[in-house]
Amino acid sequence: MPGLKQEKVQQRSNRDENATALLSELVAHFRELRTDLRQEWAQRITKAQLLTAMTEDEVFTEATAVYDQYVEALETGTFESLQAYARNLSERIIPRGVETDEVVGIVLLLRDVLARSLFAKYQHDFAKLNRILDAYEPAANRVANTVAVGFVQERERIIREQQEAIRELSTPVLQVRERLLILPIIGAIDPHRARQLTEQLLHGIRATRGKVVVIDLTGVAAVDSSIANHLVQTVEASRLLGATVIVTGLSPSIAQTLVNIGVDLGKMNTVGDLQGGIEQAERLLGYRVVQITHDDAAATAAN
Amino acid sequence: MTPGAPDSAVRVAIASSDDVVIARQKGRALAMEIGFTASEATLIAAAISELARNIVRYAGAGEMLLRDDGNGMLLMVARDQGPGIPDVQAALRVGFSTSGGLGMGLPGVRRIADMFEIVSNGSGTTVTVGKYKR
Amino acid sequence: MAVPILKQGDVLIASIQLALTDVDLVMLRDALVEKVSNYRTRGVIVDVTALDVVDSFASRTLRDLAHMIRLRGAETVIVGIQPDVAFAMVQLGLTLENIATALDLEEGLAFLAKTNRRQ
Repeated sequence: MPGLKQEKVQQRSNRDENATALLSELVAHFRELRTDLRQEWAQRITKAQLLTAMTEDEVFTEATAVYDQYVEALETGTFESLQAYARNLSERIIPRGVETDEVVGIVLLLRDVLARSLFAKYQHDFAKLNRILDAYEPAANRVANTVAVGFVQERERIIREQQEAIRELSTPVLQVRERLLILPIIGAIDPHRARQLTEQLLHGIRATRGKVVVIDLTGVAAVDSSIANHLVQTVEASRLLGATVIVTGLSPSIAQTLVNIGVDLGKMNTVGDLQGGIEQAERLLGYRVVQITHDDAAATAAN
Repeated sequence: MTPGAPDSAVRVAIASSDDVVIARQKGRALAMEIGFTASEATLIAAAISELARNIVRYAGAGEMLLRDDGNGMLLMVARDQGPGIPDVQAALRVGFSTSGGLGMGLPGVRRIADMFEIVSNGSGTTVTVGKYKR
Repeated sequence: MAVPILKQGDVLIASIQLALTDVDLVMLRDALVEKVSNYRTRGVIVDVTALDVVDSFASRTLRDLAHMIRLRGAETVIVGIQPDVAFAMVQLGLTLENIATALDLEEGLAFLAKTNRRQ
């Protein structure tokens, strides 16, 4: 019935208007009592033993910034500024060892401090208090959410960066003899890691003038066809740099995956185990490894 | 041009084999600016080389538009008003490494692309390729 | 932009200096084929260290070059493909099959010497 629907829309917009007016009222209240409420909050933070990694001055400075951002978010209803601040704050405090529960904890404490001040102010008008809380709660919850999520996202970003840095620093390409490189692969490889390994290998071939590369897959149980493809590409790219690739430690599963993507295993240089692969590599490079016997060693020592 | 700004774009007119080189060099530079690795930038340069060359060879003239879409993707648009590709399917077919795809290099470009679109008819051809930063 | 071609004994060495256009590449191919016919050449080394990109056209032209030179009794070795360029090539499906490749000029010459000894 069109009449009823119009009425409901009208009611909702009335309510929105009221909510806006109420929000303005409580924002003004929070600004008026800024000094006191901020002080109370800081005290509660210390009592709850949160942000122990920071000094009192630092806590005060951040508390001031958070308080102002909080109230502004309540006022404007927009959270971009708060989000940006939350990420910025997180970037600074995460390296200091501040944990997620602390950040969530202090935001909730602020929410409580502000709520209690509302109870104190409107305690004589229960109906008004209810309306005020109706306006305050969704906004306050959204603030808490924004800050917590911002913190967690920043944390995740830092972890990703660190993982990347570790990957880049670790040089899995080993030079065991002049012109002989070994690339042992261990564990699960995702496409990103696979590409990184290929790049590191190719640059390693160029840097060490590698002529033979042994890629050892003993530590890998199985791969999907996309990673198998990466392996084939790595072998081909190495050849373009003039290097021969010997693949060792192929599990039956990986061998099957290679066959499935159309690789002629007969054409790929494979050896059962790493040791065998290194021996073949040495032969290719013209090395002849001779084991010194006990007598030889004694003779050498005598000279 | 401010890198990363939503409307930052590099436009290269393509009419000769010199322009193909210019387009791929600018493409590499833009990719590095946006934050692609050197390795990815080389791949992007190669893709641009293919697209730009096709413009020269089959349409005579056209343009390459390169831009950051603001979401970590580099967009490469190769546009011309040539006679169009008569058999787009054949052009995209994977065959022997350089003879498949009518020698236009498109199967390879499509393979490495995160986004690939081709529209070709009597009024011209537009190939759009997108590649995400890792 | 012509690519300098040097003669070292019975080996021709072409060193590509910078980003080559398609036209330059075709000119290089034709120049090498002609020189192989004119001089007693048993090997040709194409040094692509400075080549920024090897795409399907470059790949095809290098293959044609090697084929035509083989028909004239000489071997071709492509040297100096950069790691990133090699990676891009294989991702695009370009492999330079049946053409000898080596890391650098030194390796290329060593390869030709070995091949020559075998003959």
